[in-house]
Amino acid sequence: MNFDDTPQEAEFRAAARAWIAANAPKQYEDELRKSSLGRTVLKNANILEVAKAWQKKKADAGWACLHWPKEYGGRGSSPIERVIWQQEEGPFGQLSRMFIIGHGMCGPTMMAFAREEHKRTYLPPLASGEKVWCQLFSEPAGGSDVAGLRTRAEKDGDDWIINGQKIWTSGAHYSDYGILLTRTDPTVPKHKGLTMFFLDMKSPGVEVRPIKQASGASDFNEVYFTNVRIPDHQRLGEVGDGWNVSLTTLMNERSAIGAAVSTGFPELFEYCSSLMLDGGPAIEDRAVRSKLANWAVKASGLKYTSMRAISALSRGERPGPENSIGKLVAGSMIQDVATYALDLQGAAGVVSGPEDAELAGRFQAMLLRAPGTRVEGGTDEIMRNIIAERVLGLPGDIRVDKDVPFNKIPTRGR
Amino acid sequence: MNFDFSDDQKQLRDQARKFLTEKCSPKAVRVVLDGKAPYDKQLWKGLAEMGFLGVAIPEEFGGAGAGHLELCVIAEEMGRANAPVPFSSTVYLAAEALLIAGSDAQKKKWLPAIASGEAIGTLALFEGKGNPAPKNVKLTAANGVLNGVKKPVADGAIADFAVVAARTGSSGRESDISLFLVDLKAGGVEIKGLTNLDPTRGQAEITFKDYKAESLGAAGEGWSILTQVLDRAAVLCAFEQVGGADRALEMGRDYALDRIAFGRQIGSFQAIKHMLADMYVSATLARSNSYYGAWALSTNAAELPEAAAAARISATQAFQHCAKNNIQVHGGMGFTWEFDCHMYYRRANAMALGLGSLNYWEDQLIERMRKKNAA
Repeated sequence: MNFDDTPQEAEFRAAARAWIAANAPKQYEDELRKSSLGRTVLKNANILEVAKAWQKKKADAGWACLHWPKEYGGRGSSPIERVIWQQEEGPFGQLSRMFIIGHGMCGPTMMAFAREEHKRTYLPPLASGEKVWCQLFSEPAGGSDVAGLRTRAEKDGDDWIINGQKIWTSGAHYSDYGILLTRTDPTVPKHKGLTMFFLDMKSPGVEVRPIKQASGASDFNEVYFTNVRIPDHQRLGEVGDGWNVSLTTLMNERSAIGAAVSTGFPELFEYCSSLMLDGGPAIEDRAVRSKLANWAVKASGLKYTSMRAISALSRGERPGPENSIGKLVAGSMIQDVATYALDLQGAAGVVSGPEDAELAGRFQAMLLRAPGTRVEGGTDEIMRNIIAERVLGLPGDIRVDKDVPFNKIPTRGR
Repeated sequence: MNFDFSDDQKQLRDQARKFLTEKCSPKAVRVVLDGKAPYDKQLWKGLAEMGFLGVAIPEEFGGAGAGHLELCVIAEEMGRANAPVPFSSTVYLAAEALLIAGSDAQKKKWLPAIASGEAIGTLALFEGKGNPAPKNVKLTAANGVLNGVKKPVADGAIADFAVVAARTGSSGRESDISLFLVDLKAGGVEIKGLTNLDPTRGQAEITFKDYKAESLGAAGEGWSILTQVLDRAAVLCAFEQVGGADRALEMGRDYALDRIAFGRQIGSFQAIKHMLADMYVSATLARSNSYYGAWALSTNAAELPEAAAAARISATQAFQHCAKNNIQVHGGMGFTWEFDCHMYYRRANAMALGLGSLNYWEDQLIERMRKKNAA
């Protein structure tokens, strides 16, 4: 049992570290290090531009999308090298956030299902960050039940005509392309009538409207499709096989091993170390300590669970299912941590303006953003179902709409 | 990086599981649970023959000389089997105290006897309510003459010797505490068994009246030795707790698959599925924290105090959580003496107290993290 790199890993780490030291945008390091959930901002720069520039620089030097094949803009690295890169990239990894969907989900789906000429055309600029991609799956009628989506695709000569609405599309407002899951046959059971495409987000008939979130910010969008034309060669997978194609996408989403999950604990520990409560530091208060200790062991438990998965990668094995707990644990934890950080301040905790609030309002921002983390990318309830069914082998939920033609499924509860 | 046990260590775990599945069935555990024997003597003998009792004891003292990682995998299996033997008091507490502070003669006398299964040892620290703290040690030792009462002492009624914490000063500092080694079978001490939550591991009260004892370690070093012993034991107990938590989770899962109600497997109801998923989450967090503790223990890392406290808290919570909800999944049958659920519930709650309360370890963890940050 050890934390040591193998000689090859050490060599890779040294090379990555040296390149990052020489090339990273250090002027933003401090701000990026201090960013937390709900607050990743640069005071004097547009973060999208900074992120794109960093990604392009990495791509030019062969450090972008490490695990992708070289011909598509990657480096052909092993999974463990990808993890080592993330560890070395540290706070600058925050700048990869807007590429996560494109690199983690759209790219692998294109690689598995697109024509070779499309892969060679579209993947390199996706890897280099010159083009940003989004994923158009969720709909008002299909959240956790993605296969309940209603956006229609109808064949018209060599094209498909798209009509409908997507929602919760991260980054659609700055995306160039998207992968789109549609319904091509409403007369068969819901999982069987779906088809996947990719499209240019600038296509006529695509309208992006930002959603104002409960936090006040707008990270997500609604996307409307009105008679949007997509050529058939942009179809991914067979007609009617869209559900299986989407599983490839989602599996990639959940296999992001080693990606640090935000728990809020380091921020809270630091805050309690400096906060004075009734004449003494908060951290000396027995009740505060009890709270902190409970979160400390969750945070360390997640960290070492991730280390176990990374070890499996290092040995060339597939990691076990342990990593599926990360988002479930971190999501509700960061919400509780933020709530407690405000509680420690008493009435003053209510003040959230960056100019007046403690720590420029980072815990207030965290509190307001946290409900979203428990919903996005699979709700807490879906995550528990996944653990129960795939890890523990418990039966799937009883699905009353499984064998019913999609157009016969009720659309309203009352 | 290989943050995992080696293939040899995993093999040892399989070997221990096979042995315990055969020799330590729930039926065997029940002999002790029902009070028909103070502990499972046959099993104890078997554990010695397998080399498990002395796995972390150096060869020169009659052990296998393997190490603490090997002991961790065996501990996990002991917890899984709910083994009714004085393993934790003898191997994690008494043997570790001897390894840290024993003289050559003391090690030669007791360690080979532990490895061969001839001697059961324990630590006599607590004196009624309260957590590990110098101020809670009231039993006095004046020129090695002990006076006072220790309780509860784990496995005290069956132990051959005890490491006893005693007060040798009154300065209010840690250096007031010294350790002594007492041969409990030599006479002169009064031992009374105590009814306790988990009858598969006994507890006792030991009274010392003008009892002349030999020192263990230097005078005034007692507290520093004890702190090290408790940290090591915290990691080793965490593995037992992880083993117990996993078994309780499995029992709940299996029952949820077997039991039909409302015309379907109860494991198909989300209320049950989600409860079991949450049990898996806490067991996984505990396992990962315990692995870190094992790494720190086996390398004698500066991180051990923090890692041990984290493993202790996480594993205590996980075992309690899994044992409690295993009964809930079982419904009424889980609350019968006949079903095995309560054995894990008893063990989980007894283990949660054995090295001091959860709140004590929470306090320790944050204090240790703070010290590290300040350094």
